[in-house]
Amino acid sequence: MEQVIGNISVLAAMPIFNLGLLIDGLLVGSIFALAAYGLALVWGVMNVKNLAQGDFIMIGGYITWTLGRMGIDPLLGVPVAMVVLWGIGWVLYRTVISKVITRDLFTSLLATFGIAIVIQQGLNLAFGPDTQSAHANLPTLSFAGGLITIATTRIVGFVLAILLAIAVILFMRKSRMGQAIRATAQDSRAARVLGIDTEKVYSFTFCLNAAICGAAGALVVMVWNVQPFLGTTYSIRLFVIVTAAGFGNLPGVIAAGFGMGVFEQFGGFVLGAEFQQALIVLLLLAVLAVRQLQQRRVRQAVQ
Amino acid sequence: MLNSARFAAMLATAALAYAPISAQAQACEDLILGAALSATGIYAANGLNTQHGYEFAVKKINDAGGIQIGGKCFHLKIKYYDDESTPARAAQLVERLIDQDKVKFMLGPYGSPLTKAILPVVEKYKIPLVQGEAASRSLFTQGYKYQFGIVATSEKYLTPVIDMAAALAKKAGKDPSSVKVAMIYQDDAFSLDVRQGVIEQIKKYSMQTVIDDRMPKDLNDVTTFFTKVKALQPDVLLISGHEKGAATAARQMGEFKTAVPLIGVTHCEAAKIVSDFPKIAEGFVCPTQWDETMKASDPMFGSAAEYNKAMQAAHPEYKVVPYQTAQATAAVYVWADAFKRAQSLDPEKVRDALTKTDLPTFYGGVKFADDGSNPGKEIVMRQIQGGKYLVVSPADVAVAPLIYPRDANY
Repeated sequence: MEQVIGNISVLAAMPIFNLGLLIDGLLVGSIFALAAYGLALVWGVMNVKNLAQGDFIMIGGYITWTLGRMGIDPLLGVPVAMVVLWGIGWVLYRTVISKVITRDLFTSLLATFGIAIVIQQGLNLAFGPDTQSAHANLPTLSFAGGLITIATTRIVGFVLAILLAIAVILFMRKSRMGQAIRATAQDSRAARVLGIDTEKVYSFTFCLNAAICGAAGALVVMVWNVQPFLGTTYSIRLFVIVTAAGFGNLPGVIAAGFGMGVFEQFGGFVLGAEFQQALIVLLLLAVLAVRQLQQRRVRQAVQ
Repeated sequence: MLNSARFAAMLATAALAYAPISAQAQACEDLILGAALSATGIYAANGLNTQHGYEFAVKKINDAGGIQIGGKCFHLKIKYYDDESTPARAAQLVERLIDQDKVKFMLGPYGSPLTKAILPVVEKYKIPLVQGEAASRSLFTQGYKYQFGIVATSEKYLTPVIDMAAALAKKAGKDPSSVKVAMIYQDDAFSLDVRQGVIEQIKKYSMQTVIDDRMPKDLNDVTTFFTKVKALQPDVLLISGHEKGAATAARQMGEFKTAVPLIGVTHCEAAKIVSDFPKIAEGFVCPTQWDETMKASDPMFGSAAEYNKAMQAAHPEYKVVPYQTAQATAAVYVWADAFKRAQSLDPEKVRDALTKTDLPTFYGGVKFADDGSNPGKEIVMRQIQGGKYLVVSPADVAVAPLIYPRDANY
């Protein structure tokens, strides 16, 4: 308790640290937002809750790390990871997801959970269990006499995440495929009646999500580190973000991603790093409770 | 038809006649040790280091003729299961090793949380356990009779850094109570014991604790901690979070240009911070159970330096041989010694022999106290200087003076 009060007084006495935490939170949040966007896409369009989301991110990270070891700049890992993950996404869609997409919620949860385990053990076999990180060899910038430092890698990650998110949003708005995806999300039966090949839409959506995860993974390995079994932590974070925002609400997902990043930073600073994740779960509980209260006023047909 | 049957019979007779002779000539029986070890999950990296140490010892002991018990020859062999880095699974698997596989002698898993989980099981079945990978003090305070741990216990890991800080303050003409300490620990049995030892030492010098954070085991972001470090400017920084904690901390310390003059970090070798973060890791003070420059030796593995060389020849991927590997080897060696002295395969008799162990090894002397710990074992502190690990404490084995303040170079 003493320390908590001490931490708050530090923030009050030196407001510059508020700015530092805010910047850190936004930079971190951009990567969460990117991956959460992919999750929301698959969830909304296909009604598949992808529990392997975090593990896709880990694959992207390991691809970038491998490139880095071969002397290739990790920044180039972003497009490479996207392409490879697109392929992996396609294979998984053909072999597993297409078989469970029409089944109930639990079948798809179990299937993606199984995929997550296979990916974890596969990464463990292929790369070993060590924690790995890639180095873009970019400098760290100092501001305000060294009180605020920002790693250029994080800025690069932020910019890339924003650019990718904008590209995906424009794609969804403007392109024919994007329209088809949105139509399928709204009513897959009606979309089929109107001649949209929903099977193709599903496959495309799943691949797109995998590619987004690949990009996020490339950023994660440059900013933090990867380990074969760390994916689950990311999956949980992303689920919290998407649930909090509501999966039909894509701008909301992005806002929630940033919010989560900032919230984690301030929470971790004031209460200690041990509460960083606990706070997220508390936040989820609060959001669900509020949602529940809101829902009580909405009339709904029982499904 | 008849001929072939006769021939078969002849062969069988011949085989029977020769069987005892050939058994005497070549085969040693297998003596099975059991181990639940992490091949997957967060402890997998050190699980593998441990396994390398175990297998190295088994090969060396078997190649040297195995173990003679009552005129019979035995070869050591280890039966492993993957505990998935989960305590409950480790306990289950140890029960399975004892109950179904009839293993009567146990080696430890990696890490205190898992060892803590299997102790009640080996105690229940009265199966002796020699472990070289769990240093939590709390393992030795429960009155367990069948556990023998060879490592220096965890509360000793970072206390030498506090002693260093106190000595440096005195040298600068300041009172040790002016020293500000910031620290972060993973919340598991081992790391919290490290913390306990440090807290007691801090009290002894009445130093000030300015940050005392915990990191969950699946967290890979401690930027908030380093923001606080920047705000509060401590004199000493302590980090204990296994391999992932050390790697994460090193990376983010670089991003925050942390300018603390004295930094103590556990698990530096396993985290490969020297090769991954060479500039940032410069000047870190890292505790180790074992160093190849230590003055310790035994007839089986030679000196610490010789063990180091042989291990690097067997596993060229080790730039620095992790101490986890050395202590795993030493644990198997302790078993071999106990079998020889017990001259029996009865768990009770072997356990009694273990209690009387007084064995010099390349890892340091092993002599168990009543609680099953090895109190004579000291922690060695090494500082990363110019990309190399150099022993800076205790004074009698030090090869270089401590560089203070550390050469931070971001």
